[in-house]
Amino acid sequence: MSWGFLRDLLSGVNKYSTGIGRIWVAVVFILRLLVYIVAAENIWKYEHDEFECNIKQPGCENVCFDHFFPISHIRLWALQLIMVSTPSLLVIFHVAYRENREKHRNQKLYKSPGERDGGLLCTYLISLILKTVFEIVFLFLFYKLYNGFEVPRLVKCDIRPCPNTVDCYISKPTEKMIFLYFLVAASCLCIALNLSEFSYLIFKYSTKWYLKRYIKKRQ
Amino acid sequence: MDWGALHTILGGVNKHSTSIGKIWLTVLFIFRIMILVVAAERVWGDEQDDFICNTLQPGCKNVCYDHFFPISHIRLWALQLIFVSTPALLVAMHVAYRRHEKKRQFRKGDQKCEFKDIEEIRKQRFRIEGSLWWTYTSSIFFRLVFEAIFMYAFYFMYNGFQMPRLMKCNAWPCPNTVDCFVSRPTEKTVFTIFMIAVSSICILLNVAELCYLLTKFFLRRSKKAGNPKHHPNHENKEETKQNEMNELISDSCQNTVIGFSN
Repeated sequence: MSWGFLRDLLSGVNKYSTGIGRIWVAVVFILRLLVYIVAAENIWKYEHDEFECNIKQPGCENVCFDHFFPISHIRLWALQLIMVSTPSLLVIFHVAYRENREKHRNQKLYKSPGERDGGLLCTYLISLILKTVFEIVFLFLFYKLYNGFEVPRLVKCDIRPCPNTVDCYISKPTEKMIFLYFLVAASCLCIALNLSEFSYLIFKYSTKWYLKRYIKKRQ
Repeated sequence: MDWGALHTILGGVNKHSTSIGKIWLTVLFIFRIMILVVAAERVWGDEQDDFICNTLQPGCKNVCYDHFFPISHIRLWALQLIFVSTPALLVAMHVAYRRHEKKRQFRKGDQKCEFKDIEEIRKQRFRIEGSLWWTYTSSIFFRLVFEAIFMYAFYFMYNGFQMPRLMKCNAWPCPNTVDCFVSRPTEKTVFTIFMIAVSSICILLNVAELCYLLTKFFLRRSKKAGNPKHHPNHENKEETKQNEMNELISDSCQNTVIGFSN
């Protein structure tokens, strides 16, 4: 059970997505998941071991690390990837529900269970909104927890049992900052894709609806 | 989910590439990704642990390491490989879009559609012409741009491609100018030069492919201008045969890659 599961989930969603939705899946796979696994994970691998404070007092380093990193960047990144991919499950569940209904009643209820109309369209739009909300929430969390997206070289810590204000040095701060900015850029790109897909779907289906109404009126 | 997934994604694009494109893909997977995974990652594995500074001052090592290696070679190569592979997705998307249109035509019962069933549409290999030519050429252009940008970034960040044994550092909190020693400098230099050399080969392959596509384009244009009656069926058969041969060659290479990575 690992990231392969997420990959299979997203591949399943691809079938029922629009063109923009497929671009979103490609961006999540390649620019976020692949970069996370092959590059980012290794940068944060020994972050606790390499976090060094200018003091010999036992426990001081642990306490300071915990104070400055309540939850590590990399775990927040992983949580964001998982949360942002799960709204797509709603669409898969809805399609499975439709297929089940057709099987139970033994009759063709829909033109095709994966056809994006009526209830499935609403589910799809809701999943887009949820994805965007999760992205924004995580970006906000990152910003609030770490006072922006900068990783300082030096942090000053004076929590017990540190006897006074102690200098603590974070390992690889520049590299971490570069990858954080990369994460933020990829998130913003995904937000933009979600919003444009939402607008496209609203525009497409409202023009369809208005045309139908117009044709009915003329008749 | 790792480089193998990228291989699966790009494998689909291979069918619609030129012969030079297929060679490029093979070079990418064997000489860059595989070398990165099986060799280079081990060499750089202990880079911070074995980076030693001649001082007991806590924090000095961290700060000096961060100063000399703002982003590790390994991560830069991983990013370069990811960015260089992504333009191929443009081609994959264009092909998928064309297939989707053909399937729609087929389902509507369009008489212009020459396929007998959906399987044929799925297996069809598209010729690189028309809008697909433009997509393919732009993808090669972007590949070239990304390769050049990363090579320049490398050169700029590390002042050349050689890894020095000793670096002098006086960033705070180091009390004075301190000697810092990099671990395995010669091995790192060897691998850096190897990766740069393979990048240059990939750049040359991309340039050659670009010239080939442009030459083909202009030849086709001049043929159309000079000889309006041509035989599309005959050209189709020859191209299909060439494509099949190229596919056999690249499939056998890829099987070797899969064998290695397993």
